[in-house]
Amino acid sequence: MLGYTIKRLLQMVLVLWAVSVIVFLMMSFTGDPVFMVIPIDSTQAEIDQARRILGLDRSMLAQYGIFIGNLLQGDFGRSYVFGQPAMELILERLPATMEIVVLAVVIAAVVAIPLGVYAGANPGRASSRAIMSGSLLGISLPGFWVGMMLIFLFSVRWHLLPSSGRGDAVEVWGLRLSFLTVDGWRHLILPSVTLSLGTLAILLRITRAGMMEVTRQDYMKFARAKGVSRRGVLYGHGLRNALIPVVTIFGLQLGDLIAFATITETIFAWPGLGKLLIDSIYRADRPVIVVYLMLVALIFVVINFIVDIVYTLIDPRITVK
Amino acid sequence: MTAPLLSVRDLRTHFHTFSGVVKAVNGVSFDIGAGQVMGLVGESGGGKSVVGFSILGLIDPPGRIEGGQILLDGQDLVGAPEEALRRVRGRQISMVFQDPMTSLNPLHTVGRQMDEMLRLHTDLDAPARKAACIEMLESVGISRAAERLGAYPHQFSGGMRQRVVIAIALLAGPRLIIADEPTTALDVTIQSQILKLMRRQIADRGASMILITHDLAVVSEMADHITVLYCGKVVERGLTRDVIGAPAHPYTRGLIDSIPDPRHRQTRLSQIPGTVPDIRNLPVGCSFRERCPRAQALCAQADPPLTAQRASLHAACHFPLTEAEAP
Amino acid sequence: MMSGFWTSEFFHNWRHNASAIAGSTLLVIFAVIVLAGPLLVAQDPYDVGSLNLLDSYKPPMWLDGGESAFPLGTDGQGRDVLASIFYGTRVSVLIGVSAMVLSCLIGTALGLLAGFYGGWLDSVIMRIADVQLSFPSMLIALFLMSAFGTGIDKVLIALTAVGWVVYARTVRGSTLSEVNKEYVQAARVAGLRDGKIIRRHILPNVLTPVIVVSTVQVGTFILIEASLSFLGVGVPITKPSLGLLIKNGFDVLFSGLWWNSVFPGLFIMALVFGINLVGDFLRDELNPRLK
Repeated sequence: MLGYTIKRLLQMVLVLWAVSVIVFLMMSFTGDPVFMVIPIDSTQAEIDQARRILGLDRSMLAQYGIFIGNLLQGDFGRSYVFGQPAMELILERLPATMEIVVLAVVIAAVVAIPLGVYAGANPGRASSRAIMSGSLLGISLPGFWVGMMLIFLFSVRWHLLPSSGRGDAVEVWGLRLSFLTVDGWRHLILPSVTLSLGTLAILLRITRAGMMEVTRQDYMKFARAKGVSRRGVLYGHGLRNALIPVVTIFGLQLGDLIAFATITETIFAWPGLGKLLIDSIYRADRPVIVVYLMLVALIFVVINFIVDIVYTLIDPRITVK
Repeated sequence: MTAPLLSVRDLRTHFHTFSGVVKAVNGVSFDIGAGQVMGLVGESGGGKSVVGFSILGLIDPPGRIEGGQILLDGQDLVGAPEEALRRVRGRQISMVFQDPMTSLNPLHTVGRQMDEMLRLHTDLDAPARKAACIEMLESVGISRAAERLGAYPHQFSGGMRQRVVIAIALLAGPRLIIADEPTTALDVTIQSQILKLMRRQIADRGASMILITHDLAVVSEMADHITVLYCGKVVERGLTRDVIGAPAHPYTRGLIDSIPDPRHRQTRLSQIPGTVPDIRNLPVGCSFRERCPRAQALCAQADPPLTAQRASLHAACHFPLTEAEAP
Repeated sequence: MMSGFWTSEFFHNWRHNASAIAGSTLLVIFAVIVLAGPLLVAQDPYDVGSLNLLDSYKPPMWLDGGESAFPLGTDGQGRDVLASIFYGTRVSVLIGVSAMVLSCLIGTALGLLAGFYGGWLDSVIMRIADVQLSFPSMLIALFLMSAFGTGIDKVLIALTAVGWVVYARTVRGSTLSEVNKEYVQAARVAGLRDGKIIRRHILPNVLTPVIVVSTVQVGTFILIEASLSFLGVGVPITKPSLGLLIKNGFDVLFSGLWWNSVFPGLFIMALVFGINLVGDFLRDELNPRLK
């Protein structure tokens, strides 16, 4: 187990390094950041001066050396736009994003897994077919459009829920959280529902497919031959076997949710990471983009690690190697 | 003769598939007395397993029991409510499946899967159930049984898993075991061990068994009676020694001829020519006639009924083999 | 040949599958829109000269103030929403299909190489695929576009860069299972040229999964492109796709002018739904494992 953990940690470092190279290369292709930091009427000499300070006059390799050196020292640079350390900015926005992502995951799982089990266990029924058509429609929808329609109906038409912002937030251990206030919840619902739809549809389909695969297995029939009820077989023997593929998808989906949060946050003016990222892309605020990417990469790597551990808890046949 | 333990009367189980109705079991009848072992024999696709699953009421759509009776102690299981069937499954009649690699739940320990059987069918408390599981595992030849209860199926070999499956099947003290090709998926060396184990366990407990197999050699060692199925119908039945010694039906004869016989050094095994016909649209007359060396015009016109022949034999053939033609 | 198709099991199953028929019908409708769209509407939404500001923000024809000349209403510049949608559909479909073809070609080639030759080539290609797959494709495309700037060609590059992985993985898997079969081993021992073995024996076997993947990929690409355009890093405003139309409609949604964003959204939904319905049917029909 220890050996495995060390191996995985090394792998994580390797992935993060690869990401740092890719991020650096991509950053070099984007617009020249020097124009972001100097006044618009600067002279050529002032521009060159700024370049030197930013290290932009060096070779690519030297620039990468500075870049990675700074990262390793925990210096992620200051935002060109806000003048604040980029890491601080990102960490400030992280809780808001995690709130809608976590709520979206919960909504998706709570709705998708029971429906998927039902549709998988009763494939012939009209209700199952309706569920499946609905889920296919769910993955065919542009998420941002759904968000807009929700805003139109619930905010513009019916004035039931707010269309933007975070509402009242409470500070807990330095984290600003919305889900502790009623107003916060009113603001959370629409973005989280919007974000959850795609994941909900996919989880539902995977659960159903897993369940259908499992119902064909001999051990299900053997359990019935022992006298276990149909329900008992489905939930006692089937569900856990069916959930193995669901766990993988769950991990991948968490990543997708963080990515799609950029769009959702843009629509609902939700002050999270995603909105910060889009704003930073518009303004070529490189340090913020870099920190975002590195942080997201770290989150993904950690999620993958957790998924592997969860596997071994669900399936005794899989051992960490 | 006393009333049989299980009596199957004119059982018909059909599958309504997209490309037609598959009459997997089409009018099968047989009896099993207490303590008897009956071999249910035929080629694959002959509907043997469907008979087993029909008895337990485990036919899932698109399959359906269309008619007939399955009498256990005179009580009809066909059309019985699910509640009642669940008390029969495992407690009165239990089943051993073909492939031990897939018949155990990979995510539950062996102990939990055994315990489930006792929880369902006995009032024993947890320590008593555990003791019973250990005792049963030991009796099917698994050493260090107490430890092994905590192990998962993948930690056992195929033969060991089949022992576990047998242990589970015996646990609630059923009066009838349906064993569906219990050794087909195992190594030849393990096969005879498992068969011996089953025979001893059945005899010790005074239980009955339906042994479903394509292997007449296995049946001739294990069974008191043989019922031969072809295309969903019984073509021959009788005492094992009569059926093996001098079968009346050419199909049975074909099956016997394809057993490798260590006494005669045959250079080539004889095989029944042709294949099982498409069961969805069987021709009029005898289903076997296209593969039968004795077929005549009559065979294409009328389906032969199952009639009494020599000794204990019943066969469904217009031109049955005589004793003089025995192998 | 044709009579073979009409009596085939494939056609028979299609005819008895309501979802497949519905999906195919949707796709036929969209094929007509893509091929003949400009002929079906009176206005060319790109021709600024033909627009009249007096026509701006007209509601759909069945509402008060609507006109039959603009069945789904107009936008702020007096552009017919239906005409915009027809032209936008062309852009969306063009991008979806082209990106599918490009990523299919590249991904299939890399998958064949990796599966057939194995070794370090396989390791390199598959490690890159692994790393890439651990990131959501939407995010990768978003960053590529933020580096490239807007443009149809740039969207295609970004989509291809995220799309090849699915093909490479699928094709490598099928190739591996073929390569290990005896007849391929025999052909190799017999000295048949690699190119010939791949063309004759391997390619036909990887075709089925590629077809299944391709259908669904077109839908995925259309949705990613729409999201990129919605964020303003997709197609240029001079050639709006359905996604960009929705974005433009978003700006006026709060004033209650819903038809500018609702209709393009419905069209994109119907288009991708049709693709996914057909994709589902193909997967069930062509995947022998499920039969």
